[in-house]
Amino acid sequence: MTRPAAVLFVIAVLGAAAAAADIPLAERKSGYEFMARETRAMQDDDSANPATLWVLDAETLWQRKEGSAGKSCADCHGDARTNMRGVAARYPAFNEARGRPIDLEQRVNICRTEQQRATPLAFESKELLALTAYVGQQSRGMPIDIANDAHIRPFLEAGRVMFTERQGQLNLSCAQCHDDNWGQKLAGAAIPQGHPTGYPLYRLEWQTLGSLQRRLRNCLFGMRAVSYPYGASELVDLELYLMWRARGMPVETPAVRP
Amino acid sequence: MARALINAPAKAKRGEVIEIKTLISHIMETGFRPDSTGKPVPRDIITEFICKYNGEEIFRAELFPAIAANPFLTFFTVADETGTLNFEWIGDNGFTATESVNITVE
Amino acid sequence: MTRDDGKLQRTRRRFLAETAALAGAAGIALPLAVEQTSATPESMRAAIKNIVGEAPLNKGKVKLDVPALIENGNAVPLTVSCESPMTQDDHVKAIHVFTEKNPQPNVIGARLGPRAGRASFSTRIRLADTQKIVAVAQMSDGSFWTDEVEVVVTLAACLEGS
Repeated sequence: MTRPAAVLFVIAVLGAAAAAADIPLAERKSGYEFMARETRAMQDDDSANPATLWVLDAETLWQRKEGSAGKSCADCHGDARTNMRGVAARYPAFNEARGRPIDLEQRVNICRTEQQRATPLAFESKELLALTAYVGQQSRGMPIDIANDAHIRPFLEAGRVMFTERQGQLNLSCAQCHDDNWGQKLAGAAIPQGHPTGYPLYRLEWQTLGSLQRRLRNCLFGMRAVSYPYGASELVDLELYLMWRARGMPVETPAVRP
Repeated sequence: MARALINAPAKAKRGEVIEIKTLISHIMETGFRPDSTGKPVPRDIITEFICKYNGEEIFRAELFPAIAANPFLTFFTVADETGTLNFEWIGDNGFTATESVNITVE
Repeated sequence: MTRDDGKLQRTRRRFLAETAALAGAAGIALPLAVEQTSATPESMRAAIKNIVGEAPLNKGKVKLDVPALIENGNAVPLTVSCESPMTQDDHVKAIHVFTEKNPQPNVIGARLGPRAGRASFSTRIRLADTQKIVAVAQMSDGSFWTDEVEVVVTLAACLEGS
């Protein structure tokens, strides 16, 4: 088939497809369940999971005094292994000062600028990935627990719209793949349900650790839609909706995905 | 210094065959990948890995660009004496990294 | 737009395939995409001859373990193991791994000896394409043993483009 014909096909099919329906809570599956045995084994064994290298870096970073305040993460938060338990499972969370939800990356950078008086860490920098993986790991096995209150609701709704409405040159929505066609194959790869249970995670395609925003921008690019810059409120709203959609599912951070 | 992770038993019975797992952070740039201008990104890989047990070499590997980023290598040795396992990685652009773990043999 | 159910089913599958094709069409590079020549069966044979010389290459004793279907060619788990008592008199000296269609044939060359106890190692390798992988083991008596597997590398659908 020629490429223009293919485009017409996509448009024709999606025009005929039924509206997206939510996946029943009991039928939700982590991306882990769609992976090959060998890739699961890589996630299951910390000494085989390359993400562990970032976590080890973060154990050092956690203790390092930073910025003009000369404070370390540990100076305020103490031992991450006890005091950070469950924190990542609640993010993105509403931030009073900003009047909107922030994700874990933004939380770390607020700590850096306001508490440590240091420069914020760049998105996808080794340090920010390491710290978010380390904090995330402390919630491993705990259920994702996104507050759904009056503060959060408008942003959750914005995220839901972002997920379900068609966008981009292919006129696709996230939901068409991840609600309606999960379990099917896109080229050789299984389409997962799109639950962000393990971020930041080590993706074999990236050959490195990456954040949820990297993955979302990656998807949006594939849809030929606006992919938004790192830290954009649209991406945080989508992260929030996806985490709420995965509520109750166990945190796997730092996971491995193909 | 690159971050490395060694997983080997701290204790073993004399004569027991033990598994040693090693992981190290390294980009393993192949030298075959073009950059945005089409020129190949220069090769930057680990070329050699050596494991010594109380000073004697027990395993060595020559690595090529086909080894995945953040190289993972596992192998075996016979736990025959209490002592130290030393690990060394050598690579392009003067890269070196070392790590060691102790083992008690009973 | 009207359509019968059967056609809708079929076109839905098409949608998946074509969307992938579109993703691929956007100029997204393969992990190992190169302009240089790739290794060929000939250059792999040359690399093996470099190790083996004129000695005969026997089938058996060595076993190559790679998943039959590979999710991502960037990190493919690989284990090579040899049958050997691993004694002073009878052990595996070296194990080499080669590929047919990567940019160069050599993957890894491991040296081991009786102190290994077990002639086996694992690593993760890159595979640029569906191809043959060959392991060659050199025994302490100077003999060479080999195993080979054909692997299928499927290309990830949603490759990163920016």
